[in-house]
Parts: sequence; C-alpha cells; structure tokens
Amino acid sequence: MNTPSSAAAQDSLFTRLRRHQILIPLAALLLLALFNLIIDPSFFSISLRPNNEGVLLLSGNLISILDYGSELAILALGMTLVTAASGGQDISVGALIAISGSITLRILSGAQSDAMILPAFLITCAAAMLFGAFNGSLVAFFRIQPMIATLILFTAGRSVAAWINHNEQPFVSSERFPYFGGYLPGIPVPTPLFIALFCFLVTWLLLKFTNLGLYVQAVGINEKASRLNGLNPAWIKLSAFVLLGLCAGVAGFIKVSRTASINYSVIANNIEMDAILAVALGGNSLSGGKFNIGASVLGAYVIQFLTTTLFTLNVQSDSVSAYKAVVVIILVVCSAPTVREKLAALLKKRRAPKQAGQSA
Amino acid sequence: MNVRGFFSAALSALIFPAVLSGCGQSGSGSDLIRVGIINNDPNESGYRTANVNDLKKTFTKENGYDADFKYSMKNDEQIAFAQKFIQDEVDYLLLSAADTAGWDTVLQDAKTAGVKVILFDRIIDAPDDLYEASIVSDMVKEGETAVEWLKNQKLDQYEIIHIQGHLGSAAQKGRSEALEKTAKELGWTIVTQQSADWSTETAQQIVQASIDAKKQFNVIYAENDDMAKGAAAALDKANISHGVGKDVIIMGFDCNKWALEKLLAQEWNYDGQCNPFQSGYLDDTIKKLENGETLKEKTIYLDEKGFDAATITQADVEKYGIGS
Amino acid sequence: MQEETVLEMRGISKAFPGVQALQNVDFRLRAGEIHALMGENGAGKSTLIKVLTGVYPLDSGEIRMPGKGTVQIHSPQQAQKVGISTVYQEIPLCPNLTVAENIFLGRQKSRFVSFRRMNRDAQALLQSLGIRAEPTQQLADCSIAVQQMVAIARAVDMECRVLILDEPTSSLGENEVQKLFELMRQLKKRGVGIIFVTHFLDQVYAVCDRITVLRDGRLVGEFEAASLPRVQLVSKMLGKELDDLSDPADDIPPAADETAEPVYEANGLCSDQGIIPFDFSVRRGEVNGFIGLLGSGRSEAVRAIFGADKVTGGTVRVNGKPVRITKPYEAMQQGIGYLPEDRKRDGIIGDLSVRENIILALQVKKGFFKPFSKAEAQQFADEYIRLLGIKTASADTPVKALSGGNQQKVILGRWLLTHPKYLILDEPTRGIDIGTKAEIQKLVRKLASEGMSVTFISSETDEMLRTCSRLLVMRDRRLSVELTGSQLTQNTIFNTIAGGDPE
Repeated sequence: MNTPSSAAAQDSLFTRLRRHQILIPLAALLLLALFNLIIDPSFFSISLRPNNEGVLLLSGNLISILDYGSELAILALGMTLVTAASGGQDISVGALIAISGSITLRILSGAQSDAMILPAFLITCAAAMLFGAFNGSLVAFFRIQPMIATLILFTAGRSVAAWINHNEQPFVSSERFPYFGGYLPGIPVPTPLFIALFCFLVTWLLLKFTNLGLYVQAVGINEKASRLNGLNPAWIKLSAFVLLGLCAGVAGFIKVSRTASINYSVIANNIEMDAILAVALGGNSLSGGKFNIGASVLGAYVIQFLTTTLFTLNVQSDSVSAYKAVVVIILVVCSAPTVREKLAALLKKRRAPKQAGQSA
Repeated sequence: MNVRGFFSAALSALIFPAVLSGCGQSGSGSDLIRVGIINNDPNESGYRTANVNDLKKTFTKENGYDADFKYSMKNDEQIAFAQKFIQDEVDYLLLSAADTAGWDTVLQDAKTAGVKVILFDRIIDAPDDLYEASIVSDMVKEGETAVEWLKNQKLDQYEIIHIQGHLGSAAQKGRSEALEKTAKELGWTIVTQQSADWSTETAQQIVQASIDAKKQFNVIYAENDDMAKGAAAALDKANISHGVGKDVIIMGFDCNKWALEKLLAQEWNYDGQCNPFQSGYLDDTIKKLENGETLKEKTIYLDEKGFDAATITQADVEKYGIGS
Repeated sequence: MQEETVLEMRGISKAFPGVQALQNVDFRLRAGEIHALMGENGAGKSTLIKVLTGVYPLDSGEIRMPGKGTVQIHSPQQAQKVGISTVYQEIPLCPNLTVAENIFLGRQKSRFVSFRRMNRDAQALLQSLGIRAEPTQQLADCSIAVQQMVAIARAVDMECRVLILDEPTSSLGENEVQKLFELMRQLKKRGVGIIFVTHFLDQVYAVCDRITVLRDGRLVGEFEAASLPRVQLVSKMLGKELDDLSDPADDIPPAADETAEPVYEANGLCSDQGIIPFDFSVRRGEVNGFIGLLGSGRSEAVRAIFGADKVTGGTVRVNGKPVRITKPYEAMQQGIGYLPEDRKRDGIIGDLSVRENIILALQVKKGFFKPFSKAEAQQFADEYIRLLGIKTASADTPVKALSGGNQQKVILGRWLLTHPKYLILDEPTRGIDIGTKAEIQKLVRKLASEGMSVTFISSETDEMLRTCSRLLVMRDRRLSVELTGSQLTQNTIFNTIAGGDPE
C-alpha cells in the first residue's frame, strides 16, 4: 500500500508528464518498441561484428535506426524552428538536400586530396544557407505563405542539383569522404549518429545561451506584440529558414557521403514530409508558437523506427506512407481539443471510483 | 507530387507562348529528310543523356537528316511541340512521350497532314494506326534474360532479396514479373520483396533490415544499378561477401558504366541492359519507309544484353556503359 | 414591471485546474429587466457566462428556464436554440464577411441564400435599431463600435429571451454607449432579460434594474440598483471599505515641476496612420494624457512616439539630444516603454508563460546573446507578480490563462522591469476591475513621484483627471488643445473635445 503522500507525488509526476508534450513521441516510441518486442525479441539485439575490411562495427536494428534517422533528426531541428517562427513548413528540404549533396560531390570530384573535404563541407553549408535565406526572404519580407514560398525550390531544386553536376555521376576518389556517412576508423558507431548528436547539442546550446527560443516563440505566437517589444519578426523568420538551410546542407553532406554517389531525382525523396511529421509527432503546433526541440528529434527517430519496423516485417514500402498517414490521423485526432477534453474527463471518471475505493 | 505537378503545369502555361514564338521556320527545299524529335529532358537521367547523345550523333546533315530536337518532361509541352512540328510539315515525327495518355488528337492531326510518326523508348495509349512503328525496350524480356541467367547459375537453393523500383513503372513491372513467375515455378524463396523507389539509400536500409533480422539470402535482385549499389553497401558493412564466387550474387539493371566496372571487378555478378542506343533502329526504320518497304512488325524491340561478370570485357564497359 | 423569471441558475460550481472559479452560485433573471453582473476580475463573471452559454461544462448545479425545465447547454449553438444569446467582449464575428452575412451567418433556414433578401432584412433590422451600417459593407471596414452593434443586432434578431452583454461598452465612445442603452431599453420593453457585464459604475446605474455581485467565485448577493448606493456596491465587490475611491477630491494629481527638463520632445511628428504632425514634450516626473473620442488619433499619436507605426516625419529629442526613433527597438533603447491599447493583439504573447512575458522587453533590450538565467528570470517574475499583485497559479502559467486585468498587469510589469524613463500607457485600465484600476492609478503617480515620466490614455475622463497634470486633447487626428491647471475639469474637457476652446 502506498502512503498517501507518495501516491500524491506519483500522481503529480504522472500529471506533469501527461502535460509535457514529449509524452506524445515517447508514447509512440514505447508502443513501437513493445510491438517489436512481442513480434521478435531479438529485434533489439546489438552485436559487434566485423565489416568486409575486418573492422569491428556495432550492428543491429537499433543502430540502424539511429544511423539512418540522423538526417531526419537534423532536419527536424531546423523544421521545428521554421514551424515555430513562421507557422508554416518548408517543403523544399528534400530538394535542398539534393542540391547540397550535388555541390559536395562536385567539389570533391575534382579534388585530388582529402584536404578538400572541409572546404566542400563549408561551401555546401554556405550554399544551403543561401537557399534557406531565399526561402526565408520570400516568407519574411514578401509575406508569402511558407509552403507556397518553398514550392519554388521544391519544384526547381532537383533540376538545379542535376545541373550542378551536368547530370553526371561524379566520381569521388577521396578515401576519407565515406567516413561521414559510414564509420570513422576505429569507432564502431556510425558517424551520422555523432553528427546528429553534435547538431542537437549545438542547437541546444544556441537555445540555452541565446534568446533564439524566446524570440522565435514570441514571433510565432504574436508577431505584432513581438514587434512592439523591439523584436524584428522578419529577421527572426529569416534566421529560422537560414538555420533550416544549414540543417539541410549538413543532411545532404551525410546523405551523399553514405554511398559517395547521388541520384538527383530520388535522393531524400519525400523527406520534407517526414520532417514535418517529426515536428507534429513531437507535439509541436504546426501553426507556430511554442516548440520543443527534443520532442521533434524524438519524433524523427520514431518515424525511422516505424520505417525500419516496416522493412523488417517486410511490409510493402509503398504502404509505408499509408502507415505514416495512420499515425498522422491518430495524432491529429488526439490533439484536437474536443478529444483531449473527452479523454481528460474519462481519466477523471476512471480515477474517481478508484480513489473512493482506496479511501473506504 | 501533386503539388509539383500543379506547379509545373502552371509553369508550362507560362512557357507555352514562348515556345510558339521561339522556334523559327527551319530551312526546307533540300533533299534532306525533315524530322522533328520530341524527347524527355536529357537531365532526367544518365540513361536519357545517353539516349539524346545517341540520337544527336545519328540525325545529322551528313546522314541526310534535317533534325529539330525538342525536350520536355511535361506531356502538354510535348504535345505543343508536336503541333508545331506538324505545322512545319516535317516528314517524320519521332516521339518519346512523357505520358501515355492524351496523344490521340495530335497524332490524328499528324496523320491528316501526312506526317509519319515513330515512337521510341516509350509507348502510348493510342490506336496503332496513328503511328508507323514503335521502338521500345521489352522490360519483361529484360527481366526474363536476367532470370534465365540466374537459373543457369544452378544454385543449390535460391533465397532472394528482391528490391523493386518505383511500383507501377514499366521497368518495375516487367522486371518483377519475370522474377516472380520463375520463382513460383521453380520454388525459389523470395526472402524480402520491397520497393526502394530506385533509391540507393532506401535499398541499403532494406537490405540492412534483412541482415539485422538475420534473414538468410544468397541473391540480390535489384531492379536498377543504384539500388544494387545500396544493397552492396549494406553487405559490405555486415561483412557478407558478394560477387563472383562469393556468398551473395548481386544483380542490377541499366548498365551504368560504373556498374559495369563493378562487374569487371567481380564485385557484382550480373547487369541487364536497358538500351538507350535507339537511333540505329530509328534510322533503319525511316530508311525502310522511305524505300517504300512495309515493316514486318509494328513494335520493334530493342536488342538488349545481359552482362555476366565472368565474361564481361573492358571493351563492353566502354561500348555499353552509360555515363562518363 | 413583470416578475416572470426567464432564467434561473442554481448552485453552479465550476473548477479549473488550481482554481475554483465558481462555487455554488445562484442567479436569477426576470423578463424585461437589465441585470448587472458585477465583480472584480477573477470574481467569476466570465466563467458564469461561459457556463451559461455552454462554452464550459458545469461541474454541478442546474440551469432552468420556464417552460423548458432544466436545460442542458453543451454548446453556444444550443444556448442560442434555447434563447440565450451573447455578445462577448471580443467580437466573435467574421471580419471578412459583410454586415448582413454576419447577422445571418449560420442560421439561414434553407441551404440557399438569397443575398437580396438577406441584405433587405439586415437593412430593416439595422434601421430599427438605429445602427448606422450598410448591410453590404465588410465588417472589418466598420469601427469597433459598429461591429459591436452588429453583434448585438445579430443576437437580437435571434429572438432571444436572454441577452448577455459581456463588456459591450469597453470599446465604445460616449455617444455610442447612449445608443446602446437605448437599444437595451427597447429590448427590455420587448420582455428580453438582459445580463449586463461591465466595469463602468455609471453605466450600471444608468440602465440596470438589479445588480448581482460576485466575489472570488462566490455569490455576494442580488440587489435592487435603486437601493444600493455606489460606495456600497464598490465595497461589496472588493469585500472591503476602500478609501482610495471614497473621495475623488483628494485625488488631485501633483503638477509637474515646471523647471524640470523635458525627457522627450517631438516636433512635427507624424506617422503613416494619418496623424497630423504634432509637437509634444514630456518633462521628468510628469504625468500627462492624451484625451479624445475614439478615432481621434490619441492612440496613433503615442504609437508614433514609440515608433510602433511607420514614422513619416518629425524630429525627436531625448534628454535634449536628437535621436531617431523609427521602430520600437530604438524607442526602447531610449528608455521609452509602451503598453498598447489592445492587449490581446499587441500585448501578450498568449502561449508563453507569465515569466517569459514579464522579462520579454528587458530581455530584448539586453540583447540576443545575453539571455537571463532561469533563476534571474524567475526572480524578476516573482518580483513583479508580488509588486503588482498578479493573480496567477505560478510564473509558469501561460499568460492567456489569466484574467484580463492580470494580463494587463503582466504587460505593465514587463515595462516596469525595463525601468523606463518615459512610459506610455494606452488604456491600461480598460476592462479592468475597480480595485486594479485604483492600484494602477496609484502606481502611476508613485512612479511619477520617483521621476518617471508617464503618458496616460483612458476613455474615462474622471480617471484622466485623477491621474494627469496636463491633458492633450486630440480631435480628428489633430492635437488641438493642451489643458493644464484650472482647466482640468470635466466641463472644459467635454467642451474642447466637442470642438470648443478652453475657457
């Protein structure tokens, strides 16, 4: 039997968690994990196995999820900021990844040494930020709805990516370049995981040691009031798009590093929808305002978890999007105010007789 | 996709008038055969680039042609090009349609105007009296050639990971059909069958998931080179050997040059051709029609090879490899 | 007078997380009476009305209507169906539709709408109520007052038995208030029971028959307006005898030190909001005020000072030095603060916490790369929550969950935290209960005595007289007259506003 005080403490922890938005992706994650555990307990096994060069690497579904979810997690960071600041979404990130990857390969294909990797990375990021700034200025200064504004790059981006390399398959001879989408020598954990972690940390520090979070939320919630408090909403929206551009640049760099090749029309196909879904799954309002970066990132990994689960279960991958649609429907329904109220009322009812029973 | 479609339609509506005013009257009166060639955008893929370059090499003044090339991946733009060519009274209209539907009217106009139409690379949904011939790949045959090769490997057992292209595309349907049929007949096991949408990385994830699930397999049948590459990357990571005489057979399609080099290096086992070099067939057909011959078959299938890592040569790579 | 009851609420209770908003409240409304619902902010007036109109489900209690017995109201639509119509403080109409469409929206009997008939009916209705609006006009193009009237017209036309007017007069000018009262009296004759929520005591006594007072979610009592003196009413609302308000004669604001140097001076200032260039200055420790009818340009004038609108001309000096103020950030850097008129639209960041709302302006002033630590922010928030007596569950509560008066205090706290040299308060007391009003007036005078300069705007003349030592009268977007010293009387003000000269 619980003492009343400890019961109260548990209750408060539970209610606190219930109110916290991270509960949504967390619950989804647990649900998926439980499902896999029942289907195949070995789903979670991780082993150290050599690759074809005899280097020991960690392998297992969990590692695969963390590995392949990296680009999505990085995008989710930027997409969360854009969503919060502008109340809209950028649908051009997939195309921007294609452009970024193309730029990286273009620079590296001409290079003789590994010394070009860093410049290639920096140039890629800078270019991606420029494209982000293009999107951002359409939204911030011309006040075009984000989805419409980014439609331009969404439509043209992959052609631009193809044009950068004259639609040829660039040949990259660098031996170190594949490290970034694969493994660093001597480290059995996939590099994209570290990059994603690094990006998350940088974002976290940025939010902690600057006012980015406060400004972005203020602008997203009430633009007029923000302006009267000395903020410049246009610049804040623009910065959010530039940061998302940077995220897409980094993601593009990882993506092309994985195979040292690019297919302009299919690289990161539909990733924008997954990124938006990650933001929604993280419990963030898609109409802007308050956000939680951690929840978005968790949302991204939940999506990758779902994808990998469906691959493992040999579900036809054209129906993967149908499953995602189901997730979206559940999310949207659950976050609707009427459903929330009903649920809260139900919970209350459930608990009331229990408490009565205890006290009796 | 819908959004993109809408936008491109809007864009093409803008471009349309420019197209009309843009192409001038090309010179006539000589004894050159006047052809209008409508193709998909060469930037679409390496395959298309090779296709376009091949056509350009053949349809030259030296070879007796006065050729005009138009490129678009949008059906309505292509139709506008076709109307323009008909107005210009070209002798032949060579067409690789972006979409199968919507060509009836314009081809009827061509017929009325006495313009002979030859389809290449892609077929359309229109009565076959509207065109003289169609020169196309036989995707089912490509698949059959590949599966026949696989059968001849005489493995003790066949456990296949089947990575499909974009579901519903002609290439996917043809290449999948052949494998599924034979697998059923001969009792081959298809361990995993999933679409990677032609994407390298998705293919890698699919194979990775199969490895993580500890599934047994000894063949990877990928419906294009990119996906075969992704599969190979997953195998490399898991230290599963592949290629000639190794644990897993890798099969791809399209004969990209880099893929044929993998065959040459014995890392892959088979690559099926999807022949972009169609100008010879077109040239041949036009010559026959000019000479008043009747064609034996309305549909002319391209000769398509399958390359085996055991027999491929450097010369094959140079000759048949697509891309630089 | 008829004594027939049209609505009876019994034992109404409603709790929100952490707050018992209503506790066992009874309320009775008779046909053909105007019944004031009074109480401080947070007393439970809004909650009671929202329960009555089905916005909130009630926890316990019952609502009875004659001929209908106990009615269950789960939505505003249901409320309308049983004959309860509401005009809220914030006008819930569609600004992009026409007046006529707004009146008839969502209650056409057939699926097909005859716009001609709709416009004709609307015309007749508007005329009968004396509302000067064209049925085909877009609602957004009407003044707030007219929008309010349209909302009432909509309610009236729905054949309601109970009409709830929640702060209908807070955005109306004197003239329009009188028109509204006529309208209310007309409805009263038709036997409609009207629940009237307002903060203006004058208005209560001008039209109401009965007064029900709530305090802290409880019923204080129901009174005949004629037999309840004002002072009594106020003390019932506040639950204490309040000497702050007892004798306005004590409240003559101190005149500013004539020798003090101007903190802020503007010459020929104008903005893109059509304000005619004006000269203005404020001395250290002075409380002055812009006064004028709605639409006179008083808000636009102070917005130009703060750079809230696009400044199109004029020179500005702060402490004698010429400066450029074209946007709020620049004004803030010069030590100017601005509490906007429309707190919902321009003031609060609704979803953010009370803490974040309080520190926002100072944080922006401090800079992007220098965020306050959580402890610092908490300390600031706690300080101003205590100083201003903000009623909130905690500093983490989203500001939108607070009552209007407390939201206003949060914004006030936000600007006080920046320690401005010059603070502009545009309608800081609008929609706020008497107690808070008095507090804010007192605070303004205290701040001035400490050396802060304040510009104060209020629709209530007596409040302006109590607070300001100099009044600037705006008329038709022009700064027309300055009133000081002995000119500061109701009569002079009304004269000058109406277009005369001060005597």
